[in-house]
Amino acid sequence: MKNHIIGVIALTLAMPASSFAGSDDNTLTVAFAREMETLHTFENTTREGVILSRHVWDGLIYRDTTTGEYVGNLANSWNWIDDTTLEFNLREGITFHNGEPFNADDVVATMNWVADPANGANPQRNVSWIASAEKIDDMTVRILLDEPFPAALEFLAGPVVIYPNTYFGEVGAEGMAQEPIGTGPYRLTENIAGERLILERYENYHEDSPKGTPTIDKIIWRTLPDANTRLAEKISGGVEWIWQVPADQADRMKVMNRFNVVNESTMRIGYLYFDASDRFGETPLDDVRVRKAISHAINRQAIVDNLLKGASMVVHSACFPSQFGCDTDVVKYDYNPEKAKTLLAEAGYPDGFEISFHAYRNRDYAEAMMSDLAAVGITPKLDYKKYAATRDQIQAGEVPFAFMTWGSYSINDISAITSTFFKGGVDDYARDQMVIDALETGDTVTDTVAREEAYSEALNRIADQAYWLPLFSYNTNYVFDKNLTFTPTPDEIPTFYGSSWN
Amino acid sequence: MVRFIIRRLGLAILVALTVSLISFSLLFLAGDPAIALAGEAATEEDIASIRSLYGFDRPIAVQYISWLSGAIMGDFGQSYYFKTPVINLIADKLPTTMKLGLAGISFAVLLSIPLGVIAALRPNSLIDRLALFISVVGQAMPTFWFSLILILIFAVNLGWVPVSGSDTWRHFILATIALGYFATPGIMRLTRAGMLEVLRADYIRTARAKGLSPAKVLFKHALRNAVIPVVGLLAVQLGFMLGGSIVIESIFALNGAGFLAFESINRNDFPVVQALILIFSLIYVLLTLLADLLNAWLDPRIRVM
Repeated sequence: MKNHIIGVIALTLAMPASSFAGSDDNTLTVAFAREMETLHTFENTTREGVILSRHVWDGLIYRDTTTGEYVGNLANSWNWIDDTTLEFNLREGITFHNGEPFNADDVVATMNWVADPANGANPQRNVSWIASAEKIDDMTVRILLDEPFPAALEFLAGPVVIYPNTYFGEVGAEGMAQEPIGTGPYRLTENIAGERLILERYENYHEDSPKGTPTIDKIIWRTLPDANTRLAEKISGGVEWIWQVPADQADRMKVMNRFNVVNESTMRIGYLYFDASDRFGETPLDDVRVRKAISHAINRQAIVDNLLKGASMVVHSACFPSQFGCDTDVVKYDYNPEKAKTLLAEAGYPDGFEISFHAYRNRDYAEAMMSDLAAVGITPKLDYKKYAATRDQIQAGEVPFAFMTWGSYSINDISAITSTFFKGGVDDYARDQMVIDALETGDTVTDTVAREEAYSEALNRIADQAYWLPLFSYNTNYVFDKNLTFTPTPDEIPTFYGSSWN
Repeated sequence: MVRFIIRRLGLAILVALTVSLISFSLLFLAGDPAIALAGEAATEEDIASIRSLYGFDRPIAVQYISWLSGAIMGDFGQSYYFKTPVINLIADKLPTTMKLGLAGISFAVLLSIPLGVIAALRPNSLIDRLALFISVVGQAMPTFWFSLILILIFAVNLGWVPVSGSDTWRHFILATIALGYFATPGIMRLTRAGMLEVLRADYIRTARAKGLSPAKVLFKHALRNAVIPVVGLLAVQLGFMLGGSIVIESIFALNGAGFLAFESINRNDFPVVQALILIFSLIYVLLTLLADLLNAWLDPRIRVM
């Protein structure tokens, strides 16, 4: 109810003509929900941090958001010397925001810093594949890997950005968190923790960057934790761009016809997992027929159509379809409650059973699934808690059955999701050696076809055994001023350097 | 009076210590800080090494004493989430909460005490009913709803004040009203009841009979005695307000200590939660102490109890 108030009432009241200050002084005010833990990007795990990183820093390469191809950014070109050595030729004439020139020393210093686990880069998975880096000459550098890691380029195009070696050497992680310096299209000029950041266009941004030349002079980045407040600020003209607007409110905003309302898919998927390996203890979920029965019992399409709406779709593999290696041709469990009942009877549960069911977000989706389960005789007991508490319990082996989601940190490669959950770690409740071996192969062979085959084997095994029931992909609604050019991308990383006022 | 103060002070310190001990133990029941710290790609060995690195494997009593001895020196450790000293975080956020709390209580006093006095002067009249209505509405409306209504009317539609933020005093207006209004009913009802009782007392009749002006009777003789119970309530209400309102700080994006406490609980950021609980309970205890002393000063009978 709380989420709907502003949307409902705003429509019933007369609206004032709000002023669009943004386009006049070429400033863009945007609002995000969360305060970042730090501006030092290698310790920042929030979505907001991923977005900020794209604006303040650059990576060696960049993934073109429309073609999906890798193109050079700080590097001109690159090639694999062997399975564990990547060589880069760097672009000349680039300077950091503080005037420090960019060269091989910056790359070496950054890579060696993140590669040392003692420095605590978080999440470690983003950098744990890097062994070290060495300088060949001023504009040539090699990154050395511990073992073959074909997804390396995806990480170099994403979270692994380059720090200035002299500045970072002087101020360290703490200084970087206070005053971040990069080569990116925007430099940070003000930071009031938990309230706002101010980003100003970097005058000397290198012209041939695949990110393009930014046009908006100033971005005011506000932190507004409450969804209703973001909407009220948007309507009253206090901010010009918001996202993650719930579907029903987005529909009302569309009706108002004062703003652009755009829906775009994200890489986040929802899934149910089952304790198939007795980490929690003996449950009916040990029986594959029970897991399949649940898979048939849940009407995923109805949840997508009625609750998620927009660009969301039902997914069948344990990954997001655009990710490398995400084979979508696996066993699909259609909505069939009768079949679910038959399977339950075969497994020895003709009258169903009771089981605890954990969830941390989208309570309405969880409740829709619970009513589907109740229809075939299963009684889920909902345990709805905050994310951190739920995750801790899961990793401690205390949760047999849960509705969870994963956004892969926008990494377009299934090693960022399937390998996270099925390689025997703290999150793996399947503990299937076949899956573990296949993923290990997929994560380390460099041959593209061999990778795809290995991942396909893992995904098929996961689907056949119904270790997960992949549910649906998420979407987000963007609401912004009509005279703002902004193009959302499916990787859930809004890029304001590509935006402009008309 | 000195003995009275010492006795109350000793009690206050004991209460604060008990609160911090209980909250410390409860936090350890709520989740495993080692898992929270290790991050999501951690292996079991990582978690074990963090557990010994941070000393989570020591008995709870030992951990509590080492935490408390640091806290006394102003060292609350590092926030797990922000990786900065907890004391800096709190120093950043507490002033906003303080400003809001003081503004809120002032608003509540300015609204409810005059209302209570007027209502008591004309019991069961239209004015009394109106005052009652205002206070009942304040009690019945959920804070989040009232806040959003205020935003809709005064910020979105009329555009008189900004929706959210804490840059200028104008940003605090709606939040102050939302926070203060919630405390109004209790204070107003207690003032009214106190006034009604006092106005019936013999010494008021005597004061009137002496020919003192009605204003002098009302303010000097009646109100001073009627507000004694209100002082206690005010201290409690102010304690609540300085503890921060999660709802109001979040809706108005005020970025204060209450919202920090709420978020830190969600993030299992134990050092921040522990420090805030200790500080909030100290504030609360201090205010209660202050109310006791103030009451004792206003009413000498209390001192000998």
